[in-house]
Parts: sequence; structure tokens; C-alpha cells
Amino acid sequence: MIVRPFIVRPIAFLAVIVAALSMAGCGINTIPSYEQQAKAAWSEVLNQYKRRSDLIPNLVETVKGFADQEKSVLTEVTKAREQTTNIQLPPDILTNPDAMKRFQDAQATLSGALGRLMAVVERYPDIKSGQNFLALQSELAGTENRIAIARRDYIKAVQAYNTEITTFPGRLWKMALYPQAKEMATFDITPEEQKVPKVDFGKP
Amino acid sequence: MAGALIAARCWISCSSVRGFVRLLLAFWSIAFAAFFVPAHADPVYPELAGRVTDDAGLLTLKEKADIEKDLASLEETSTDQLAVVTVKSLQGYSIEDYGIGLARKWGIGQKGKDNGILLIVAPNDHKVRIEVGRRLEPFMTDTMSALIIQNAILPKFRRGDYADGIKDGVRDIKAVLLGDADEVKQRAAGARSPENDPTAMIHLVIFFLIVAFIVWVNYRNAQAMRSGVPGARRRPGGIVFIPGGSGDWGGSGGWSGGGDSGGGWSGGGGDFGGGGASGGW
Repeated sequence: MIVRPFIVRPIAFLAVIVAALSMAGCGINTIPSYEQQAKAAWSEVLNQYKRRSDLIPNLVETVKGFADQEKSVLTEVTKAREQTTNIQLPPDILTNPDAMKRFQDAQATLSGALGRLMAVVERYPDIKSGQNFLALQSELAGTENRIAIARRDYIKAVQAYNTEITTFPGRLWKMALYPQAKEMATFDITPEEQKVPKVDFGKP
Repeated sequence: MAGALIAARCWISCSSVRGFVRLLLAFWSIAFAAFFVPAHADPVYPELAGRVTDDAGLLTLKEKADIEKDLASLEETSTDQLAVVTVKSLQGYSIEDYGIGLARKWGIGQKGKDNGILLIVAPNDHKVRIEVGRRLEPFMTDTMSALIIQNAILPKFRRGDYADGIKDGVRDIKAVLLGDADEVKQRAAGARSPENDPTAMIHLVIFFLIVAFIVWVNYRNAQAMRSGVPGARRRPGGIVFIPGGSGDWGGSGGWSGGGDSGGGWSGGGGDFGGGGASGGW
């Protein structure tokens, strides 16, 4: 009888390990790991928007130097940028479709303003041929491309997460262990947004 | 429509078991068909044929071999993987969309280092792109990529001289990547072979601890049985549980860069985030 606890306890312990590992195999961790993936994808989206935002003052300065008369479009860009930086992102933005929409609208306005600015620049060969502007233009084009990819990756991650928490067996895990898991908001491209003239930054 | 009709007909004959089975089958086949309709089609990408994948047939064998040698020497020096691909058609996609899809599919560059660059030439669409792996973005900036495309590649492409354009592009990309010798050394040193990867070591230790633990439990169990302690009646003996399926044991994602010619060369799973530049002519 003295030996018994020695035998029973390790076996119970082992059983816990086995149970934990086999449960990991059947999806107990899927919801949290999808959630983390979606959050990481969201950080990348913010990161790339920030990158764009950081490029703008330089761009505005460069264009101003050559074409001060295009003030209206320049102020438009500056204002739109201010709006995107002023917007308060609530901590629950991912599960808050309204906040997501506001963020998205602000960024879309900035995209539109930037598109118009680049179209205006087409009229000024002096700006276009300047080395400084060439660099800015390629950085901006690359950033727009990164934003598109980051957004696409985020949409994919959210799709996986939302599917997981609304379908079987993820639904059961959510009920049992992750009742706080909520469907995340994703970018929906509204018809108005699609109408924004898309300027091909890639072409010099 | 057809499914609904079948279902309705089956509903009538559902009194028999066979009718019910048929109903089930009808629903199942509808669900199955819906499952296999692709949500949105991806472009068809060429198979990776080595450092140079000349799908559009722009290069002679000699030119291809020369470029491959150049690319291999770059990888030897800095571990950066540079690959060249020529494609027949972008299939209606923009070269940015096509490029990121192909670069991610091939996984040029090493996993965790994300140090791949893909030079994509689409002669029939008159487009070219340099797709830069995430962690090379600070060195191979968008501006740098654009300058190489504008100054080294496009002038030759406009004359229809694809081989020279690609060669010069590769030469300049190499020059940028190898430009700062100290930086290159650091980057090359960052390449960690699976043998001295500390996380792999920890996994191994944990694995052995678990094995040792199981052996110990079995040993105690057997001893207790032999000594005839009443508490330890016949238990199913060796419960040997081997943790598997985490897929983490085989070392890091394994890049095979050893071959000096195209054969057997492949990307190591490097990630891309859309860095680089495009150009057209």
C-alpha cells in the first residue's frame, strides 16, 4: 500500500499529458492560434498604413517645391492624412465593425487624395524627373502594394478565424472554453470605394 | 433545381429505406459539387525548375547556365536566394498580384530569414518585377529595385535583348545585396543550420525527458508487480506514448541550396510582403 501512490500518481500525471496532447490534436488550440494569426495580420495592416502615412510629409514637401499653385490637392492630402492619424482606434476594433468602418473610410479618403495628387504631378515634368520624387514614387507604389497584400492576408486570417468559431467542432470549443471569442470585422470593399480612380503608381 | 426535383421525388418514395438513401445521396452530391467550385481562381504558376525558370523560353542554355552560376555564387556568399523566372502570360493578373503569389508559392529565401528575391519577366505582357523578401526590404528598397529596373533592365528589354537585360539586372541586384561587406557577413552568419539551432535542442531535451519518464513509470510498474503489491494488479504493460504530429522535430524548414546547377534547388520557405518594384516597356 505504500508503493501504490508512486504508481498511481505518475500514471495519472501521464494521463493528463496524453489528454492534453491529444486534445491539442483535435483542435482545442485552434481558436486561440487563429486569433493570434488574425491579430498579427492586423498589426501588419496598421504597420503598412503607418508606413504610407510617414511617407506623405516628404511627398507633399517635394511637390510643393515645384508646384505651389496646386495647393488645394496638397491640403487635401495633408488633411486626409491628419484624419487617419487622429482617428482613435478602440481596443476592440477587430470585433467592432463600426470602428473598423471608420478606420477604413479614413484610409480610403487618403488613398483617393493621394491618387489625385499623383495624377496632378503628371502635369509637371520637372517633378516627375526629379530623383527625390522618383524615390518617393517607388516607395509609395511599394507601400500601396504592401497595404493591398497586408489587407488580403488579414481578410484571409479573419475568414479562417470566423469560420472556425462558427462551424463544428470549433463552435463546441468556443462554447466550452472560449465564450468571449467574437467574430472579427473584415474589410469590405464598398461600391463607392471601388469607384475611387486607381492610379498605377508603378508606371513612371 | 435538379437537386430539389430529385429530393421531392425521393420524398414521395421515402417510405422505403432505399428511397431515403437515395435522398441522402442526392443532398450529398449537391453539397459535394458546391464544395468543389473554387471560390476564386488563382493563376496557374509554372513549376520551379531551379534558380532560373525560363518558362517563356527567352534564354539559350548557355545564357541560362551563366545566370545560374551567378545566382549560386550570391547564395554562397550571403545565403540570399535570388531566382529568375520568365512567364508566358500573367493570365490577366497584375504583375504585383502574380508576383506575390508566385514568390510565396515557391518560398524563395530561407524560412525565418525571408531573404529571397524573385526577378519576374513577363515578355508578352511587357512587364517586369523585382519581388523582395520581407527581411531584404531594408537593403533592396523599393527605390533601389525601381532604379535597377529603369536603368539596367528596361533599356535592354526595349531592344528585345532579354538575356542581357536579365544578366544586368542580376548583376545589379547582386551588387546591392553584396554592397556592404560587413552587413553581408552578419546576414550570412545569421543563417543557422539545424544542428546548432537552440530551439531544436530544447525540443530534443524535452523529448528525452518524456521518454525517460515513460520508461521510469513502466519500470516502477513492473517492479511493483514483481514484488506482488496488491495495489498493482495486472495493468496493461508498456504504455509507450510517443508525441508526434507537431512536425517540429525535423529541424527548421530545410532549404536545399547545395546544388550548383539548377537541378534539385528549391526555396526554403521565405516569406514575402510585397516589397520591390515593377516596370513596363
